[in-house]
Amino acid sequence: MTAFTLDYIAKVLPLLWDGMQVTLLLTALSLAGGGTLGAVLAVLRLSRHKPVALAAGAYVNLFRSLPLILLIFWFYFLVPLIVGHSVGGFYSALTGFILFEAAYFCEIIRSGIQSVRRGQILAGLATGLTYRQTMRAIVLPQALRNMLPVLLTESINLFKSTALVYVVGVRDFLTTAGMVGTRDNTFVGMYVLVALVYFVLCLGASLSVGQLQRRYAL
Amino acid sequence: MHYNWHWAVVVTDPYLGWILSGLEWTVLVAASAWVIAFSLGSVIGIARTVRSPIVRVIAGSFVEIFRNVPLIVQMFLWYFVLPEVVPRSIGIWLKRDLPHAEFWTAVVCLGIYTSCRVAEQVRSGIGAIGKGQRYAGLATGLTPAQVYRHVLLPVAYRIIVPALTTEFLSIFKNSSLALTIGVLELTGTTRKISELSAQPMEMFLTATALYGAVTLGVSALMRVVEARSRVPGLIVAETH
Repeated sequence: MTAFTLDYIAKVLPLLWDGMQVTLLLTALSLAGGGTLGAVLAVLRLSRHKPVALAAGAYVNLFRSLPLILLIFWFYFLVPLIVGHSVGGFYSALTGFILFEAAYFCEIIRSGIQSVRRGQILAGLATGLTYRQTMRAIVLPQALRNMLPVLLTESINLFKSTALVYVVGVRDFLTTAGMVGTRDNTFVGMYVLVALVYFVLCLGASLSVGQLQRRYAL
Repeated sequence: MHYNWHWAVVVTDPYLGWILSGLEWTVLVAASAWVIAFSLGSVIGIARTVRSPIVRVIAGSFVEIFRNVPLIVQMFLWYFVLPEVVPRSIGIWLKRDLPHAEFWTAVVCLGIYTSCRVAEQVRSGIGAIGKGQRYAGLATGLTPAQVYRHVLLPVAYRIIVPALTTEFLSIFKNSSLALTIGVLELTGTTRKISELSAQPMEMFLTATALYGAVTLGVSALMRVVEARSRVPGLIVAETH
């Protein structure tokens, strides 16, 4: 059994960093994709056309009722059936994350927009601004400020959730550490190290979000 | 895309039995973990609102530790790491003699993880009541424990019923992570059957429908409970 020392950690650090880059890439891509799709869904959910709003609502409710792992497996097993060849764990997991997170981002953005009081919109329209101008100049800046802390917290959740790609063998931070730990029989130290790294990153991030919230709260 | 639909496979032996057993494990893991999550979460949530700063700091650290590590990593810590770091005899018992070790590990892990989220809800429920009621209770001669028992908690729990519904549904969904340490719950069973039967579509649609049905059922039930338990005259926004 290899001793779990600082030297050992230094030796496996490049491998772990490769894994962390995959984790960060997955987080960034899911965030961009899920955020964009979520914003579109939020607009659709607030649409005045009933069927459109209902369809967007059904999407959100469906995806929020499913476990993320099930969704990842959906794409892992079924996308190959559709496109005819295997797409690998990374893309199936990414698809799952984007579709799943979009439902959550949709709800955050929607409640952010709804948190702006109706009087603000009416006042904007009364001063002669068009609906579009009212939205851009009056509603969205306030909505964004209201939802920013929740958006950031959800992003931290997403960062933690990406560790689930372990189940389809994507070499993210956790999977890499697990593989190295099994190879060198240092899995006890490795898993503790992984937990520590996640803890420090997530705690730091959530403390910063708290500070930001205190500074920018309306 | 050519796919031969063959729905009958879902209700044939042994797949039907496997799916039902998977659903049973999912419900069992979620329900047992909820017992831990609710009771421990209540204790920690209350501990975060008491006067003693030491108790508050300990409870707060507990929440931060379990909230900031991914659930799957915690699952591995409980299952792979814990038996190695406890005294040898306990470690051997955990690995060899404990019946259904994966199940109990998943329950404890999920229960403690969710207890932190429940704790935050309990704390915000108590916080939403306001200091006046606490002082009024103390002024009438109740002890602090009595104030919690008769004044604060009855109202706090009624305020947080919707939030607790959300947490229960999330424990139900998170129970799927038990498959990473070998519990054959619904998602794990679905994966297994998909690999064996060559009819993955039907299996995944069935699992999706089952998860959806349970979620919808619990939500509908809780809407009735929420309507009955709502505190009159108190508007509290749903917390995340």
